[in-house]
Amino acid sequence: MSEQPLIYARGLVKRFGEFTAVDGIDLEVAPGEAFGFLGPNGAGKSSTMRMISCVSLPTAGELRILGMDPSRDGTTIRGRLGVCPQLDNLDPDLSVRENLTTYARYFGIPRAVARRRAEELLDFVQLADRAGSKVEPLSGGMKRRLTIARAMVNDPDIVLLDEPTTGLDPQARHLLWERLFQLKRRGTTLVLTTHYMDEAEQLCDRLVVMDGGRIVAQGSPRSLIETYSTPEVVELRFGDERPADVLGKLDGVGERVDPLPDRLLVYAADGDAATAEVHRRGLTPSSVLVRRSTLEDVFLHLTGRTLVD
Amino acid sequence: MAPLTTQVTARSTLAVLERNLTLYRRLWRASVFSSFVLPVLFLVGIGLGVGSHVGAIAGVDYVSWIVPGVLASTAFQLAVGESTYFVLSDFRWVRAYHAMRATPVQPADMVCGWLLYVLFRAEIAVVVFLAVTALFGALRSPWALVTPLVCGLVTLAAAAPTMAFSASIDHDSYFALLFRFVLIPSTLFTGVFFPVEQLPVVVRPLAYLSPLWHGVELERAATLGTTPPWPVAAHLGYLLVFTGAGVAWAVHAFRKRLQD
Repeated sequence: MSEQPLIYARGLVKRFGEFTAVDGIDLEVAPGEAFGFLGPNGAGKSSTMRMISCVSLPTAGELRILGMDPSRDGTTIRGRLGVCPQLDNLDPDLSVRENLTTYARYFGIPRAVARRRAEELLDFVQLADRAGSKVEPLSGGMKRRLTIARAMVNDPDIVLLDEPTTGLDPQARHLLWERLFQLKRRGTTLVLTTHYMDEAEQLCDRLVVMDGGRIVAQGSPRSLIETYSTPEVVELRFGDERPADVLGKLDGVGERVDPLPDRLLVYAADGDAATAEVHRRGLTPSSVLVRRSTLEDVFLHLTGRTLVD
Repeated sequence: MAPLTTQVTARSTLAVLERNLTLYRRLWRASVFSSFVLPVLFLVGIGLGVGSHVGAIAGVDYVSWIVPGVLASTAFQLAVGESTYFVLSDFRWVRAYHAMRATPVQPADMVCGWLLYVLFRAEIAVVVFLAVTALFGALRSPWALVTPLVCGLVTLAAAAPTMAFSASIDHDSYFALLFRFVLIPSTLFTGVFFPVEQLPVVVRPLAYLSPLWHGVELERAATLGTTPPWPVAAHLGYLLVFTGAGVAWAVHAFRKRLQD
């Protein structure tokens, strides 16, 4: 038997009145994969996630989760998913442990199993020492880790994470990434949305770039960079001169030049060679930075806008 | 729309009830105390205080006459009170219902789980109150034993539509309207403290519309061992229909709020 995709979508559409949030997307997510939706706010990532979580029904198109139809088998499907929503919805008046055990009961998990599972998960997300504490005084990062533990209480086939690290400080983000990476190593299928390129590059085997409700590119982070960008990028700043005014003098340098409001990006196979060419033409940038291409460059190329708005 | 019965599962409804009881464990002391003190204050203040000027109604001393009314209105007030801020807050701020929505728990389970919780709360208050009134010698018929059942029905009839209302609004200022135009008039003008026959004929039907009036009349018949103004089946039937419609409305309101 060939392995069927856990998530399968064809021509998936979500409309709210006149507004089209998701405009006909195709998707397949295989078991064990870490799959990401990358895009700016309003790209349709969360609407897509809500349809996959079976809390919002598609307006049109075909959607199959775990081989089932959300409009008919929503309850069964939800029983096998773990959802970490964008907004925390923990019970602030329950203890950390009770948040896990009461949630486990929604899945029909027996009390004794729920308690054991809660201890294991609190260990996993490094909150065991806060088990008896109320949720309210926890930091943002701790609450997020608790939400992730809660999403795993039913041992789900897919864990869905909607912007898991938005609003967290750098230490909290790194701790969370490390935990998610552990999950991934155990073979858990992860589906996440993000508007951070570094998050997508660290965690996702494969991702789709969304913009305006459509998928504009897809592949592994590396293949996206190889396809839509050059190995290196040179960032040039020219003090008082406006980037657009310098643009004409950079004709033929590298493969492509993008003027941004505050700097110019020169896409090149060899960043140092491109820098040398800039200097040879008598230009004197106030600062030069040669770096590797990132998904941000891919996104900029595909949409003409930066990702984090 | 699929019939309601296919959308409620005992397992999920009980899981929702369990969550509500877990939360209640943290505040039960204060609430038991207040749910018991309030009706006793009413009884002492109005029953004995006002009662000493009133004398008897229909041949019954005033305290014994208002005890069944206060009993039903205790259940009614608790039902409305528990189904306002808590329900709105679990949609807007705590977002507990959104959390449940991502699990096999369905909107009908959320509604029934909360109703069972309110019923549990009301029954405790009613039984405690009943025990106190027995000490006053205000219960005159063994039929008084069925009053908790009638109170349960009043609780559900009042809680279900209140939950629907709470699930349909965005701001807690709407509750002031509910308290002013529904809760307080219901408590004052549905036969709790004086017979509805003293109301002008034109407004009397408003009292008949309130589930509380039907509850009060049934309770009064039970504690005094008399016959209620309408046939018992009519009073009970009205309460059941009111409850059924309220539950259907609440499930609809929950589903609407949680779906997009």
